[in-house]
Amino acid sequence: MSNKKILVEPIIKNNPITIQVLGICSALAVTSQLKPSIVMGISVTVIIMFSNIIVSMIRQWIPKNIRIIVEMTVIATMVILVDQFLRAFMFDVSKQLSVFVGLIITNCIVLGRLEGFALHNKVMPSLFDGLGNGFGYALILIIIGGMRELFGSGKLLGIQIIPQWLYNVGYVDNGLLMLAPGAFFLLGLLVWLQRSITKQYEED
Amino acid sequence: MELINLSIKAIFVENILLAFFLGMCSYLAVSKKVSTAIGLGIAVIFVLTITAPVNWLVYTFILKKGALVWLHPSYAEIDLSFLNFIVFIAVIASMVQIVEMVVEKISMKLYHALGIFLPLITVNCAILGVALFMVERNYSLAETTVFGISSGFGWFLAIISMAAIREKLRYSNIPKGLRGLGITMLITGLIAMAFMSFSGINI
Repeated sequence: MSNKKILVEPIIKNNPITIQVLGICSALAVTSQLKPSIVMGISVTVIIMFSNIIVSMIRQWIPKNIRIIVEMTVIATMVILVDQFLRAFMFDVSKQLSVFVGLIITNCIVLGRLEGFALHNKVMPSLFDGLGNGFGYALILIIIGGMRELFGSGKLLGIQIIPQWLYNVGYVDNGLLMLAPGAFFLLGLLVWLQRSITKQYEED
Repeated sequence: MELINLSIKAIFVENILLAFFLGMCSYLAVSKKVSTAIGLGIAVIFVLTITAPVNWLVYTFILKKGALVWLHPSYAEIDLSFLNFIVFIAVIASMVQIVEMVVEKISMKLYHALGIFLPLITVNCAILGVALFMVERNYSLAETTVFGISSGFGWFLAIISMAAIREKLRYSNIPKGLRGLGITMLITGLIAMAFMSFSGINI
């Protein structure tokens, strides 16, 4: 596979959230507003990319039966770095994301990519694979985060988008979208839309 | 009384799966049959009951700022809390391993029931989530233990109800694109809405 294909494929066609069904927890938990969704998307992309690179570099020296522990250590180290960075430079977002930065460690996308790709591939393809999967994840987060903030509170990135006259004629924000069930519904509908377009069905 | 309140809150009002979305991966993967869902649910309760207090002890006596005073008074300034993540995940992974070995020694029957699920649990975010919430909310040892057990029980409730619905769902004609993940998310949303009606309960 060419590097370009490795990079582009996970963005839509083999999206980590909607097709591979990985990393759902954080996709729903942090997306009540757009800003934390973007920060989370970028953090996860950085973490997947660098863990992919590191594991791919040391893949010949990892003993097979303790590989999960080695991978966990690499991921946890990367997550600690990102967490410290967010605390130092974006404290308000870091407070909003609360425990979910730490939970990137158990985000199955990262471990899945390390197990499924970085362990058997050279450094360059692993880099592109990490980047592609990170983008695919970030894309879904941004779509869900944007829709929840826009229709849930009428704002995007904290700026009022839906004009006042619309409220005056009777438009009401859908408060359900800001709560947990709204996130479940939105992701369910998004998955339905994507699978109907790409015709990738799941046998149940 | 406080503890009962905390427990009710963790099971119903702020259900770890339905309000905080923790443990979604294994929830989606293992909720196809009620029998396996019960196995995984019990394993989660089991592991949470053990890891939550252990993580509390590790955090309070080793990682927290000034926690090392019991070793020597001059360590009061040491703050190891940035190591939280890596230590918690190591504790969880090793506890799961120990639980697996102990269960294998004590009861073969229980081992066969839980055995295949235990390795899965290491990467279940509900377990790590409980440890991180305990730090964020400053729980005491008793509160942590109760919170751990109740979170596990809440997760157990959510997964068995979903599995029961999915077993029936097999006989319905669902639009093709909605099958699998799509319909599961929509139903989980409905369950979450039902659980929201518990909010405001105080004992």
